[in-house]
Amino acid sequence: MTPRNFLVRGLLAGFIASLFSFAVAYTVGEPQVDAAIAVEEANAAAPADATAEHSDGHSHSHADEDAEAGGTEVSREKQSTLGLATGILTVGTALGGVIGLASAFAVGRIGRLRPSQSTALVALVGYVSFSLVPFLKYPANPPAVGSGDTIGDRTLYYFIVQGIAILAAIVAVLVARRLLDRIGTYRTVLATAGGYLVVVIVMALAMPTVNELGDFPADTLWYFRLASLLTNVTLWAGIGIVLVGLIGRLYEQESVKAARRELAASL
Amino acid sequence: MSQVTATPEVEIPAIPVAQLAPWAAFVFLVAAIVLFFISADQGAVSIPSGTAIHEWVHDGRHLLGFPCH
Ligand SMILES: [Zn+2]
Repeated sequence: MTPRNFLVRGLLAGFIASLFSFAVAYTVGEPQVDAAIAVEEANAAAPADATAEHSDGHSHSHADEDAEAGGTEVSREKQSTLGLATGILTVGTALGGVIGLASAFAVGRIGRLRPSQSTALVALVGYVSFSLVPFLKYPANPPAVGSGDTIGDRTLYYFIVQGIAILAAIVAVLVARRLLDRIGTYRTVLATAGGYLVVVIVMALAMPTVNELGDFPADTLWYFRLASLLTNVTLWAGIGIVLVGLIGRLYEQESVKAARRELAASL
Repeated sequence: MSQVTATPEVEIPAIPVAQLAPWAAFVFLVAAIVLFFISADQGAVSIPSGTAIHEWVHDGRHLLGFPCH
């Protein structure tokens, strides 16, 4: 087992998972993005001050602006197909590579977990810290929610929460390694998962709340956030399932090879 | 109750950190750059100015949960 083995399998798992994630995002998510843009356009069309506020903050492609900008913007049709696919495929494949290498670190280092088991643990911890915790504090917002003036702050908050969630997860795993032999699996999981939860909750309480919903329709918001959750769950579950399968098979093959070598040496 | 999970007969060999480090450094750097362009560039910050990247990956940015606008 080499770092290269893990990286190649991670990238492959990321790519395959991205295809599923894209299918979910396109079928479940895009109708909600369209609904949100319809709300945005209705708001922009009505009062003059809303349009002014929008145009200085952030350019965002919808039909009106496309026409005004002289056609340099990307059409909605491309955004919702090729654009969406580009975003999810690149993020998914990159994450797959990172999870592959993180799994390479974890193999043989976490108690007596088999390679497929430590890989599953990496994917689970990765999902919780990279995706779930940031989502719970700063949930995904559809177009039309959020002011262009605060995008800098909101992006910063999001990455602070994500960074702390990932760091705390790494620390929790390192602590768990040391505790395993002393207090056993059950108590180790209780102590480290509990400790992680405390750290994350304290951080979430300390970070500022963002609420720029205004009178955005609640049903569209809920369906959009659900779609975003499903897109990410599909991506991470896909990476986890494919990579665990690939690493399990790799380990089996290497074990068979090692056993044969041993046998040959004993003859 | 405690030690019943996952007890293979053989010790699983770990990959030495020295062997992993260069791979990790390279992959984490590339991934960070990729994530930056998809998740934050030309929204909160703009390295190549303009909005082409932002517009192209716009829906992915929203649905993956990153702050967009
Ligand atoms: Zn947007």
